[in-house]
Formats: sequence, C-alpha cells, structure tokens
Amino acid sequence: MAVSYFNEMFDGGRVRAPYARLEDWVAAMPPEFRTMKQEEAEALFRRIGITFAVYGEGGDPDRLIPFDMFPRVFTQSEWRRLEKGIKQRARALNAFLVDVYGRGEIVKAGRIPQHLVYGNEAYEKAVAGFTPPKGVYSHIVGIDIVRTGPDDFYVLEDNCRTPSGVSYMLENREIMMRMFPTLFRENRIEPIDSYSEVLRRTLASVAPKKCDHEPTVVILTPGHFNSAYYEHSFLADLMGVELVEAIDLFVEAGFVWMRTTEGPRKVDVIYRRIDDAFLDPLCFRPDSMLGVPGLMDVYRSGGVTIASAPGAGVADDKAVYTFVPEMVRFYLGEEPILQNVPTWQCGRSEDLKYVLDHLPELVVKEVHGSGGYGMLVGPKASKEQIEAFRDKLASDPAGYIAQPTLALSTTPTFVEEGVAPRHVDLRPYCLVGEQIELVPGGLTRVALTEGSLVVNSSQGGGVKDTWVLAE
Amino acid sequence: MLSRTAENLFWMGRYMERAEMTARLLDVGSRITLLPSSAGQGFRDDWDSLLQASGTAEGFRAKYGETVQRNIESYLFFDRDNPSSVASCIERARENGRIVRTALTSQVWDALNTAFQELRQLEKTERGKLELSRLTEWTTRHTSMLRGAIAATKLRDDGYHFLGLGSHIERADNTARLLDVKYYVLLPKADYVGSGLDTHQWMTLLRALSAQRAFHWAYGGEITAAKVVHFLILNRRMPRSLYTSLTGAHENLSALAEEYDRRTPAQTRAATLMQDFSQLTVEEVFDEGLHEFLTRFVGEMAGLASLVQDQYLSGEAR
Repeated sequence: MAVSYFNEMFDGGRVRAPYARLEDWVAAMPPEFRTMKQEEAEALFRRIGITFAVYGEGGDPDRLIPFDMFPRVFTQSEWRRLEKGIKQRARALNAFLVDVYGRGEIVKAGRIPQHLVYGNEAYEKAVAGFTPPKGVYSHIVGIDIVRTGPDDFYVLEDNCRTPSGVSYMLENREIMMRMFPTLFRENRIEPIDSYSEVLRRTLASVAPKKCDHEPTVVILTPGHFNSAYYEHSFLADLMGVELVEAIDLFVEAGFVWMRTTEGPRKVDVIYRRIDDAFLDPLCFRPDSMLGVPGLMDVYRSGGVTIASAPGAGVADDKAVYTFVPEMVRFYLGEEPILQNVPTWQCGRSEDLKYVLDHLPELVVKEVHGSGGYGMLVGPKASKEQIEAFRDKLASDPAGYIAQPTLALSTTPTFVEEGVAPRHVDLRPYCLVGEQIELVPGGLTRVALTEGSLVVNSSQGGGVKDTWVLAE
Repeated sequence: MLSRTAENLFWMGRYMERAEMTARLLDVGSRITLLPSSAGQGFRDDWDSLLQASGTAEGFRAKYGETVQRNIESYLFFDRDNPSSVASCIERARENGRIVRTALTSQVWDALNTAFQELRQLEKTERGKLELSRLTEWTTRHTSMLRGAIAATKLRDDGYHFLGLGSHIERADNTARLLDVKYYVLLPKADYVGSGLDTHQWMTLLRALSAQRAFHWAYGGEITAAKVVHFLILNRRMPRSLYTSLTGAHENLSALAEEYDRRTPAQTRAATLMQDFSQLTVEEVFDEGLHEFLTRFVGEMAGLASLVQDQYLSGEAR
C-alpha cells in the first residue's frame, strides 16, 4: 500500500518557505565537514554529560541520544495556531482534574463514562475533595503532536505527570548555536532559553497559602541512577534550586523540611520527578521504604505544593484521551483547535469488532503503556505479530486502544548516504501556573530508521533542534 | 547547602586523594622491591607490609592468597573489589561528582570525567603493555589536573571547603600511612638502621611523595630518620606533611563556621590538634614510638571526620 507522506521541506518539488535558507546551507556542506560537525556535536553532548543513562540493561551506561543536525522549522503563523491549541488543551485538562476531584460535573453530565474516571488506576482517592493552589494539577503539560499535512496536526497523547525531554530541547539549541552561528544570523529564530525562568516563575506562583515569603522551590528526583537524572540536575541548576532526594526531606510541625549543612530549611514547592506511588509511604505504599513519610498530610493541609499534583495522571490516560475534545467543549465552551486521532476503545464491543477486522491497518496501544513498547504498528507488522495481538485483545480488550496508522510528516535528516526524509513528532512543554505560558519550540523526535514510525529514544529515535521563525 | 551534597563533595575530595595515595604506595613498593635486600624472602615481606599499611592486606589475601607482584598491581590499581584501588577511587570520585554535577564548575567536571573515560581505556589495554610507572604517573597527572581545576575555577563557597576538608583529612591520613610503611618494612631488620639501605629506603619514600628534591632543599646533608620524620610530620612548608594537612582542614572548618556563623565541635577539635602539633618535637614522636604515634594520629583523623559527619553531613544537625 503506497502512502504519501507530507514532507515539511519539499512540497510538490518546491522548497517550502520556512526551509528556504536551509537548502543552500545543506547544499554548501561538504560531506567531510558534515562528519566533522557531527563528531563535534557528539563530543559536546558527551562532555556536558547529556547522556541517557540506562542502568541494568548492559551496554554503555552513558548512552547518547542520537542528535540530528538538520533543524525542523515552523513558521510564525503555524506556531501561533499550535500555541493556541496547546494552551487550550492544557487549560481543559486542568479544569477536568479540578472537576473530577471535586464535584464531578462532567461525569454527572454524562460526557465521560464514570468508570473511566473513578475506576481508573490513576485516580487518587487520597486527594479527592482537595483543590491545589490556583487550581492547577498539571503544571508542566507535554503534548505529543504529529503532523500529516500543511495544516493538519493531531494530538497523539497528553503527558500531565512529569513529561521529560525538555533538557534536550534546550541543549539541542545550545549546541546548534555553538556549531552553526551563521545559521542563526541568517534565519530569525525565536529564542527558547527563557524556559527555565518561566518554569521557576510558574512553580513559585503556585506556592501554598501558608507560604508568606519568597517560596523555596526544589526538584525531587528518584536519584542519580534514574535515566533522566541529567535532566533533573540540569533544570535545578538553571533555576538555581536544590535537587533533592526523598531522604533529604522530612516532615515536622506541619511543614516539609530539607536537611542542610546549616540545619533544616523549609520547602514550599516540590517539582517532583517521581511517581505518585513513591511520594509518601504512609499514604500510598506502606510496604515502600521510598518517599517522605507524612508528605501527603502536609500537602492536604496546604503546607506544601506538589507539582504535578498527586492524581494528575487520571487526565493523561490513553482511554481518557478520547474525551479531551469533549473537555474543551464542556469546560471552555470552545471548539478544540487541535484534533485528536480517531480512537477505538477496544473495551467497547462494537469498537473491538472493528479493530479485530482491521488489525493490519491500525496502530494498537496499551492503555497504560509508554515508551513505544507493547504497541502494534499494523502495516509494519508480521502475520505472527498481528495474530499475537489478536490474542491479547481477546483476553483483555479494555487494556487496549487502536488508532489509524497516521501518515506522519517527514523532515530532511542527515543519514549515512546524505540527506533523506525521516518521520518526526513534536513535544512542546506548556507551563501552567498563575499564567499559562509556552516557549516557542519543543522537542522534535525523529525515527532514524528508514520507514519507521516509532520515534522513542529507547527504540532508535533521535532528536532535532526545533525552530520557530520570527515574523 | 544540602547535607547530602556536602557529603558527596567531601567524599569526592577524599577519593581523589586516596587514588593518588594508592598510586604512590604502588610506586614505593615497586621501587623497594628493586633494592638488593628484596631478593628471595624480602620481596614478599616488603609487599606484605605495603598492603598492611594501606589497610588492604586482608582483602588481598582473601582474593589472591600468594603475594605475586602482578596480582598486587592488579589489586591496587584495577580491582573494583578493593575499595581503595585507584580504579575504585576514581570511579567513586566521579560518581560523587556526577551526583552533585551542578555544584562543580564545568572544568572540574571535565577533569573528573576525563580521568574516568581514560581509565576505561586503560582497562581495555593489554596488561603487558602497561608499565607500572605509567600507571602511577597517569594517576598523579589526573589528580593534579583535578586539583588545579578546583583551585582555578571553584567559587570559594561552602562547597569548596567541603571538598578541601575531604582532601585534607584524607591526605593527613595517607601521609601517616605511607610513613608507617617504613616502619613495617624496617622493623624486623633493626641492623639496617643508619645503614646505606636504610637511607635508600627513606629516599624511596620521599621520591614516591615527589618530595626528594624539596627535602634536600629544606634540610641538606645526610638523610636521617629524624629529618625525614620532621619533614613529613612537622614541617609547615611541606604540602603533604601532617601539620600542613591539619592546618588545611582547620582552615576549611573555620571558613565554614564563619560562613554559617556557628562554631562547631569539629572546628574546636582541629584547633586543639593544631595546638598540640605546634609544640611537638621529633624527639617526642620517637619517644612515643613512630608507629604508635602514627596509629594514634590516624585515629585522631577518623575522629575528626566523624565530628564533621555529625555536624554537617548527616543532616541531623539542628
């Protein structure tokens, strides 16, 4: 089956406007120079220490995520539309969270099935009835977007808990500017380096009511063995805040404190990069040694803010995803700017029937899966793989959703033989506090294997610098 | 600063010094075994005493049994089962540094990371192609680069003083242990005292500390036990002497007390030790017995480290 893919640089043989200057740039680049620059980039990444540490899997514990030097470019008007759509979606998701942990109007109105919300594993009964400061649950919303045509953007999934990868967005830009300063003089590219300042401001703006001074913000990491540890320390450094582990924190007299060389110091806002289950053993996992005992009591009494708020995960479930356009209409009274990918809920018998009849054309995903694992890409799968999924679907239909195989857009990418189109997606990071802000850019992930539609770094994906051109 | 961060910096400083001490120990060992006394039985005793002084004798025997030079080299340089091997120390220094990456400057991180990356290359190199002298020089070169990067780029904040505190306490301990090697090597052969061989062994020790020339400049004339002991214990100009290391630790503790506006038991302890040292003479050290003195001193340093732990690193201080 021949599918034509939208190429973001070449459209019908012509170079699209945002890429105009890049044509000369790549044409004038001799292969040796390119190899040299590629090696320089790798050396820089390794030297700065931006590695994706994967422990316990063998191989190099300091693996690099492949970096592709060919930038991905958006025009100002393309970006404005995306920005509006992303902010709209982030607002709706937060309104949904406030609602389902409060009065539950959307459920009462019958706009989303009750069991999908209250029966959801990610629904935290422990925070029902509590509204976090400024009504924000998800402070950093990562929305994965794919493109299929000049004006066709689809949201693939929402990440309301702790989306990662923003350090790559920032470092990719840093390294591109260092290696190709001329490109940045010739193209007028919107800067993104305010991200850390906006993040700090966002976190400070949701300090708890009991905080009557300049709030002390910290980042809570699972520790240096975590694969995203570099990102945690990078963000802490950029914001000038402490990077703490659970053992550095304790609860006393209704507040959270960190252990410092000068004695205890009060903590007001915790940007956590750990799962709900590991926040507080007293509340979530009595068997766990991890976490800060008593943290949730302080949280519920307004002594500390946790970002994202415990329970935010119920909004980014793949089954709840189907209802996000409904949330936009219900809470904001607006039409969604960004489209959802049509999705079949295998838990519904009529949907399941359709999916089973069309497996070779569809993408099937686990409702709770991530990282591109446990996924069937029908058109690329063997007969055996398809049959294996047929069995999985039969035994646990509600555990799966299915979507049409999208014709993901491509952008030119440096490959061994020169430059070739490769499929990409986009993850912008929307910051929600007193204000709602978005720096002009995001993380573009690219499937480096020819024909592959899977962009996850754990499965051969790379990253690119993402430009938004100024007016 | 987080107590855990201070702890990582403190240990990064300690491991950096310890890597160097183990390399210098290897150097002393290989030089001593080249001396004529080392024929036959002597060779094994010399290495045993080295392992004894570095506190690694038991671990070595459990793993290898027989004292074979090549095994000792492996154990002291490459072996991850030996927590004091050069490889272990460099890896741990780097791991401690990685955890507090943002408390370091990029040059300091670079120096630390480069040492680690090169170590991995060394480990892949065929052993027959690695001269022992190359390994020891490689180690001192990298610890020097790291120290240089810290001195030239690190802000003189509390983090700097925790790094310094770790290295000063460790260095004091290590010089004492190296000096004690001489005790272990020589004790059963009292006839040698004052002989040409005795002089040669003192010289070997000084060379391993890169301090032979400095010694001659400072004292001149014959090498005697009294002069060397004065040099390594009491000399205020010798950068690795016990006195100088102790002074460094005291300065770090005073700077921390000032920065935090709080006097601590650790600072008081260091001041008392300095006071004792300033009146100490070589004769008194010999009266007590060199080995006994050094053993007591190593204990004092452990005590000081534990006061630092309680005050700053445990996170329990109020």
